[in-house]
Parts: sequence; structure tokens; C-alpha cells
Amino acid sequence: MATEKKSVKAINFNLGKQELDLLTRLCNGVAVSGDEQEVRQIVLEEVKGLADEVTTDALGNVLVTKRGTAPNRLRVMLSGHMDEVGVMVVKDSEDGTYEFRIVGGIDPRQLVGKPVQIGRDHKPGVIGAKAIHMTTPEERKVAIPVEQLRIDLGPGAKVAIGDRGTFATKLAVLGPSLRSKALDDRLGVFNLIQLLKHAPANVDLFLAFTVQEELGLRGAKVAAFSFDPQIGIALDSTPANDLPAFDADEENARYNTHLGAGPAIYLMDGATIGDRRLVNWLSESADAAGIPWQYRQPGTGGTDAGAIHKTRAGVPSVSISVPQRYLHSAAGIVRKQDLINTFKLIHTALSRLDPSILNS
Amino acid sequence: MSVELVPHIKELLAAAGLSGNEAPVREILEKTWKPISDELITTNGGSFIAVQHGTGETPRPKVLIAAHMDAIGLMVTTIEEGFLHFTQVGGVDPRILPGQMVNVHGTAQGSDKAQDIPAMVVMPPVHLLPADAPTGVLGLNHLLIDTGLLPKEVEKLVRVGDFVNFAQEPMELAGETICGHTLDNRSSVAALTVCLDILSRRKHLWDVYGDATSQEEVFGPGSITDPVLVRPDLAIVIDVTFSKGPGGNGYRTCEIGKGITITAGPQDHPYLVKKLSKLAEALDIPCSIEAAPAPGGTDAYSIQTAESGIPTVEIGLPLRYMHTPVELVSIKDIRRAGRLMAEFIDSLPADFMNEVIWE
Repeated sequence: MATEKKSVKAINFNLGKQELDLLTRLCNGVAVSGDEQEVRQIVLEEVKGLADEVTTDALGNVLVTKRGTAPNRLRVMLSGHMDEVGVMVVKDSEDGTYEFRIVGGIDPRQLVGKPVQIGRDHKPGVIGAKAIHMTTPEERKVAIPVEQLRIDLGPGAKVAIGDRGTFATKLAVLGPSLRSKALDDRLGVFNLIQLLKHAPANVDLFLAFTVQEELGLRGAKVAAFSFDPQIGIALDSTPANDLPAFDADEENARYNTHLGAGPAIYLMDGATIGDRRLVNWLSESADAAGIPWQYRQPGTGGTDAGAIHKTRAGVPSVSISVPQRYLHSAAGIVRKQDLINTFKLIHTALSRLDPSILNS
Repeated sequence: MSVELVPHIKELLAAAGLSGNEAPVREILEKTWKPISDELITTNGGSFIAVQHGTGETPRPKVLIAAHMDAIGLMVTTIEEGFLHFTQVGGVDPRILPGQMVNVHGTAQGSDKAQDIPAMVVMPPVHLLPADAPTGVLGLNHLLIDTGLLPKEVEKLVRVGDFVNFAQEPMELAGETICGHTLDNRSSVAALTVCLDILSRRKHLWDVYGDATSQEEVFGPGSITDPVLVRPDLAIVIDVTFSKGPGGNGYRTCEIGKGITITAGPQDHPYLVKKLSKLAEALDIPCSIEAAPAPGGTDAYSIQTAESGIPTVEIGLPLRYMHTPVELVSIKDIRRAGRLMAEFIDSLPADFMNEVIWE
């Protein structure tokens, strides 16, 4: 696609009270991979009346179709995953404490000394550690394996084996930032809902609110088959490892992304090589509208695009992420402005998407 | 009881009040203790004492009840690109820190304009750490605090030396338990409030000094200097003790919610241990003896050896996960301890010290 010289005006979008309220409900909801019901309910409620079709498929994905009105529309699938990492209760110790296992990827070092919420009713509990007074200095240098940790709900408390749970962190606004346990990937879910509310007329939107991304992109695989799109875009969140290097002489060259530098466009991760036509279309759209953006440094990790691009006869795909510090811990931190600019970029790019892109 | 216990505990737990900076706790206690005491004293060492006069003839004997009010936490040591390096105040296991929510008490604009800044402790990616950093548990020197603010805002609000407290909000869990940071030892401070509240409606003969001591977790100036100020005839020290639970099941641990402990060890006068145990039995207050082979661990260490020595006894509240932000204590035990101390003091005859003998 040729570089567009004339400037494009991005949609006017901000995080007002309504948007922050939706983000809070999405982020504070509990939807551990395999039991996404709570977030699915919020999504179904939010998309009601705005779409041409809404279905919940065999795995629990919410598939939303919104057709444009202009001629020659491309079929564009965008995915944001509803699920988050968490824990599952596996054994009752009969004294209000429970053995558990991690669902998805959490560094076990993040679990100790944290409040958690278990089950559909968010029963409060904690993951403790034995008193420092009863440990040896050697012991304090060894991480406690998850097999030795317990969720403590208080004497006599009962939950069911198989119940899932998450860190009990509530969304907080910290100056220019948001802090929450589930920004990965409720921000993607949030942007899909905003896209439906501000749908461009020149494309057919196929919005996949996917399940089980954290367990191997399993929801996106079947969602992409159902939608049979011409283009796939995964909206996710990616690490911002933009902390200072401890060695003063060394510069942090492996930052992946920087907080505050705008949406991160993927060239290659551990699951997908981004379609260069789409990569260029995104970066050119951002430049044309004056939206800051950055490349995500090529590396490991993966998004729903990893499943979408291998669907049927193949789907040109790319990913865009909101940079986030400390993913898969009690809370991540993102800049509000990065989220706003991510939505603006997606909206701007879709609004100027032309079918000729696939001929280049 | 005129003081509502659970809201009082929650208020105490929500206060910062790290060792050496106990003012927020003193403010709560001033408000709560004023209606139930005759006199309030803030000591040079930062302790806060409620005095209740007895009804006996002067000079009346005095009992000191000590419960330390300070909290463990962190302190800012360097500010780098908006991130905070920190050290510990009191004993903190580094394994509980990554991902921990905290408040930074920012005083860069002056102590009178201090701002509590919500933040979290974070673990940097491995490739940013020096080559000799451990691969498993990171020490405090390799962890950072992130406020979510831009570097220039951080520079404006925070300075080196600012205290950082755990931000975990108190939660009520099943089995009438309460959970949060600093139940060590605010749960004992709450028990002291229960005791003072009961005694405020009794005609006890002795003068009572309810002492929320300072800096027990660090250098202990409260427990060293308060007995010199008060000159008590006997002392009761109440602190938390180890409960059975995940990771802790040794002889030093007892069941949570199954009653309080009375310590039998070098810091405890055997006669007082016996007297208090018998009273607990008579009152149907579940109670067990905690064996303490060595001295240390509570304010009793200094109080017992103040001046020419003070007969001392220790009461314990069983607690899970000590020195983590998710400490857990039975609410019933807090009431039990408060009641036992009040009944004991109310039962003391004017010449009780003649009874306190070595046998």
C-alpha cells in the first residue's frame, strides 16, 4: 500500500466515566481460562443491540458480527481474549486451607503473601508464608514451590474442588496509569467493545471475544474457522520491560516495549510473523493520524494471531498490543494514554482499510 | 462494650505506623482511649499510654500492659528513573515482596504535606539484573517499587528515607478471623482496648497503664524506657504468637481460634503464669501454655529487666503467616485476651505483690 501523504484525523476518544466504569467491571471480573463466564456475561450485555449477530460457540467464545455499509468491504477478524491466568483449587485440606495449581503462566514467586478470590462468588482468601522467625537464611533464598503453598479461606470455609480463582487486586488509577490483575487481556476486550460502538462503515467486523488464549490460543482457533476472515488482528497486551538496568554501564536494550510510547505493532513473536502489508498499513495509519506507536521488539510470546493465521487456507494476520509492565502477576501497570492511542490506531487504520491491500 | 471491636481492629490495621513513625496509630488510640481513661501520655520514645486510676488507697500499686503498635515495612533508599530502591524496616521475608501492593508515604514537599502514594513492589526482568544476581529469590537490593507515576512526578513527591507500608486492606475470613498486614501487633493493641474498655466500668484497686509501645520490631526504645517512666509493680505483655498452618506445625505453634496462650519461659514469672492460667480456667477462657526455652521475641525482654526488675507475664494471640501482609488472627481470641487481662487486673488485691513469690 502506498504511503498516504495527506493527514488523517483520528477519532476523538477518551477514557471518560463510562469507559472507566466498563474497564473496572471487566478487570475486576474473574475469568480464569476455562471458566470465562463472568466476563462473557459482561460482554454479552455490552454488545446487545449493537451487532448484526451474536453467538456463543462450543468453546465459549463470543462471536460478534457487525457489517459495514460501504461497497467492497473486507472481512476483518479482531480478537481479544476474555480469559486470564489464575489458580485452580485441587485438594481440600479439611481445615479451610486448599492445595491449588496455576492455570496459565504465573511465576510461583508472585503468589506468596497475596490475597486471592476463589469461585464464582469471589470468596476471599490468602496465600500465606510461614513466619520469617521460623525460617533460616538459607531457606529464605529458595522460592516456595506451588505444591507447598495453600489458599487459606479461614477455619471451616468451603469451596469446591475445581473452583478457579485470581489475585484479589482491584483496578486502581495511579496518576497517568492503570493498575489491575487482568489488563491482559481485558484491554483487548474493552477495545473490541469500543470498536463495535464506533464501527467503521468500510469493513465487516468479526469480533472474537476468545477463551483459553492463555492455555494455547485454543479459542481463537475455532473462532477464526467460524468467521473465515480475510484479515486477522489480535488485540492483546505485551510486556514493557522498560526498567532501569542494574548495571549502571549497561543500557536496557531488551525492553520489548516502552510504557507511554504508544501501541506496539508486532513484527514477529513466538507464534506469528506479522504480515508486512498489515504491519506497514498500521504504522502508516498511525503516522498519518499523528498517533505515537512503537514496534514490539521481535521475540518470544504469542497472541491469538498465532492461531488465526494458520486457519483454513491461511489468514494474513498481525497483532497490536498495549504495553504493560508486570503481566501475569498480582497487577500490571499500563498508561491510560497507550490504551487510548491503541484504540485510535485500530479505528483509524480500519477506517482507511482498502481491499487492494491484499493484492500488494 | 462501648468500643466496637471489629471496626476498631480494621481502623488500626488500615493505619501505616511503621516503627519510628507511629503517629497514625497514636491518633486512633487517642480518639478511642480518651473516653475510657483518666490520662493519656505520649512518651519521648513514641509510645502512647492510657492511665486508669484505681480505687485503692494511695500510693496505689501499678500494672503495665504493653502491646507494641509499630509495623514492619520498607524505606526508600534511592530514586532511579522514577523507580524506588528500598530497604526494610523490621524483619521482611523477601519472598513475599514481588507483586506486593504498598503505599509510599511521600514527604518530598515537607512532612506536613505528606502524600500516600499507591504503588507496588516489582521484580525486574532477569536480563536487567547483574550477572551475579540470584536466579531464584531476589533480595531487597534487586527489587523495585513502581508508583505508576512519571519520573518527574515521583521526584516531586518522594524522597530518600520515606516510609513504605503494606497496603493490603483488612479482610474478614471464615471462622471469625481477620486478615491483613500488621495484625502483629495491632490485634494485641485491640485486645488492650478491650481490656481498658472493661476496666473503665470496674472499681479496680490498682492503677492501670495501658501502653501501646513503639519500635518493638527494631530497636525497642518503648519497652526499654516506658517501665522507667511508669515504674510498674508488675507487667503484662501481649503480642502475637505462632499458629499452626501451612508451613508451620512445630511445637511452638498452636491451633488458630482455639484460644490464647500464656507463655512459660525465662521472661515470665512462674507465679503469674500459674495465677493467670487458673483464672482463665475459672472463666472458661480457652488457653494453653506456650513453652519458651529462650528469652526474646517480645517487649517482655526489656520490661522484665528494667530498673531492678519487674515480675512479668506474656499473653499470646495465635497468628498465621507472621510478617506477611496476610496475617490471620481469630477475632474471638482478641476478645478473650482483653477479657482475661481485665478480669485479672480487676481481681488484684492491694497487697497482691506479697503473694508473688518464688516457690
